[in-house]
Amino acid sequence: MSVDPATRAGYAEHPPRMGFFTDTSVCIGCKACEVACKEWNMVPEDGIALSGMSYDNTVGLGASTWRHVAFIEQIERPGDPVVTDSEEKPVQFDGSRWLMASNVCKHCTHSACLDVCPTGALMRTEFGTVVVQSDVCNGCGYCIPACPFGVIDRREGDGRAWKCTLCYDRLGVGLEPACAKACPTQSIQFGPVDELRERAQQRVGQLQEAGVAGAQLYLEDPEDGIGGGGAFFLLLDQPEVYGLPPDPVVTTRDLPRMWRHVGIAAAALVAGGLASCLGGHRRSGS
Amino acid sequence: MNRPGSGARPGAAERARSLWGQHGGHRPSDDQDDGARNDGGQAGQRQGGQRQGGQYRGGRRQRGEPLVVPRARFDSYYGRPVIKPPVWQSPDVPGYLFLGGLAGASSVLAGFAQLTGNHELARVAKPAAAGAIGLSAVALVRDLGRPERFLNMMRVFKVTSPMSVGSWLLASYGPCAGAAAACAVTGRLPRAGALATIGAAALGPGIATYTAALLSDTAVPAWHDAHREMPYLFAGSAASAAGGLSMLAVRPEHAGQAVRFAVLGAAVELTAKSLLLRRLGPIAEPYQSGRPGKLMETAEVLTAAGLAGAVLAGGRSRAATVISGAALVAASALTRFGVFEAGFASAKDPKYTVGPQRERLRRRASS
Repeated sequence: MSVDPATRAGYAEHPPRMGFFTDTSVCIGCKACEVACKEWNMVPEDGIALSGMSYDNTVGLGASTWRHVAFIEQIERPGDPVVTDSEEKPVQFDGSRWLMASNVCKHCTHSACLDVCPTGALMRTEFGTVVVQSDVCNGCGYCIPACPFGVIDRREGDGRAWKCTLCYDRLGVGLEPACAKACPTQSIQFGPVDELRERAQQRVGQLQEAGVAGAQLYLEDPEDGIGGGGAFFLLLDQPEVYGLPPDPVVTTRDLPRMWRHVGIAAAALVAGGLASCLGGHRRSGS
Repeated sequence: MNRPGSGARPGAAERARSLWGQHGGHRPSDDQDDGARNDGGQAGQRQGGQRQGGQYRGGRRQRGEPLVVPRARFDSYYGRPVIKPPVWQSPDVPGYLFLGGLAGASSVLAGFAQLTGNHELARVAKPAAAGAIGLSAVALVRDLGRPERFLNMMRVFKVTSPMSVGSWLLASYGPCAGAAAACAVTGRLPRAGALATIGAAALGPGIATYTAALLSDTAVPAWHDAHREMPYLFAGSAASAAGGLSMLAVRPEHAGQAVRFAVLGAAVELTAKSLLLRRLGPIAEPYQSGRPGKLMETAEVLTAAGLAGAVLAGGRSRAATVISGAALVAASALTRFGVFEAGFASAKDPKYTVGPQRERLRRRASS
């Protein structure tokens, strides 16, 4: 097990790490999470348009969308499980299925956004979550391409970076985040991450036993490239189907090597200058 | 189940051949895109001519009809990017990549020129460095979402953030470069000027190369995966630009050091670029196609021409020296714009994010 992120951030005493387990197998695509998030956090409207992407007109996470429900219309494939009804008769799906999944900031154990933030505006909370301090952020934009999931973005007209806070204000007074509260099917489950991991293992085992072949956990593994997500998912297909990277790695994992190469290159620049100037400067003279 | 705009049912053979099934649907706007977005780069594998046909039709198609959705090597969510492209603006940020390099390397050149008594070269390189870094600072502050908060960069020092390291470098280098130039131009306080020159020469290499870590330390595939070569590419490009700029203004008989610096830089720039492209494999594509491809190609031609000119006639003929110098400066700028734009291209297409990660998983699973 990796170190608790709040402990690593220097909190001597802190509550258990809190997070989300989003079980997409029971998501009904109602978007109550999207609405509840916007309402509670007073996130401004960010465009009303028809996308042509199934029922998804939200399109993706961004500065003013902190929960996003994806809709994926799929054609039945060979090898898919045969689902039976209560009388053991195969249920006909007309050769298709409709996947829905509520996406959110992953509150990574190793957060690239937090690592690269030059002002310290992004910080780790005592709950192990990652939050932008909007009174500090100067809108440099570095966190945006650093995030391997495309979660955080700069808000037009505001100039600062925004993303899910895992309802830091609600957590502080013992409430659950607005999206989890609003979810009618318990697709979004909130709780201590350790507990959620156990629950996720149980649920995916259940589904696999029932023959749902594509069922898989995503970002629940503390050994993965981001040290596991504080928010993780149960998916019914490969992550990229939902617009998620299949094997995300925190970019700062390679930073020591980058600095080493930068150091060598800088030294080479000095050596180049020295070599160029040693020969003297007058063509005819020295 | 209501199926608005659903894809049609593929024939059994197509279904079996398809790797992970089809995309759920496609945004109509994707059809106007360059074609590489939805199909994992296998534009040639699109089921030609059928895309407009029944793709967005709600109605049911007959079994056995040809596949109307592109067969994907990987799936994506409606072809949308997985990561967010940077919000950094052009020309501010690529301009800074160029000017920062020019400044840092000019300070190195100025430092050694002063040490070896080439005051004519030092008198050119010092103001060049100060001017370039001054413009850089303006460009960087302008690019912030909240420019009035630029001083927040000085709240903390974080080695995990190349931008934080860079801010502190700039804050210490800028005044040195400025003071060195001011003393050189006015001729006052020569000892302080010499000290500032040494300070700027010591910090300059950091200014010229840290920007490689700045770009690489992101999830942008064309930048991140280039982290091994980019510092050398930027160092070479910086030396080439600094030498080139001094070649424009220094009389040929004093330009020998600038010419040699530019030649070395250009050679490193060309070598690093070709190594980078070779090692990146499929991720090199954004550097070689579209607008960034054109920028990189033009830069390469100009670098090669400037290099040849500098080797053959640099420091002998005034005209040849000036033309070669100008070519090298322009090449360095184009390289930075090319690298910058290649990153955007790689961020906007999910195949560059998903493809290598899938490959990594496959290799891990098989080993």
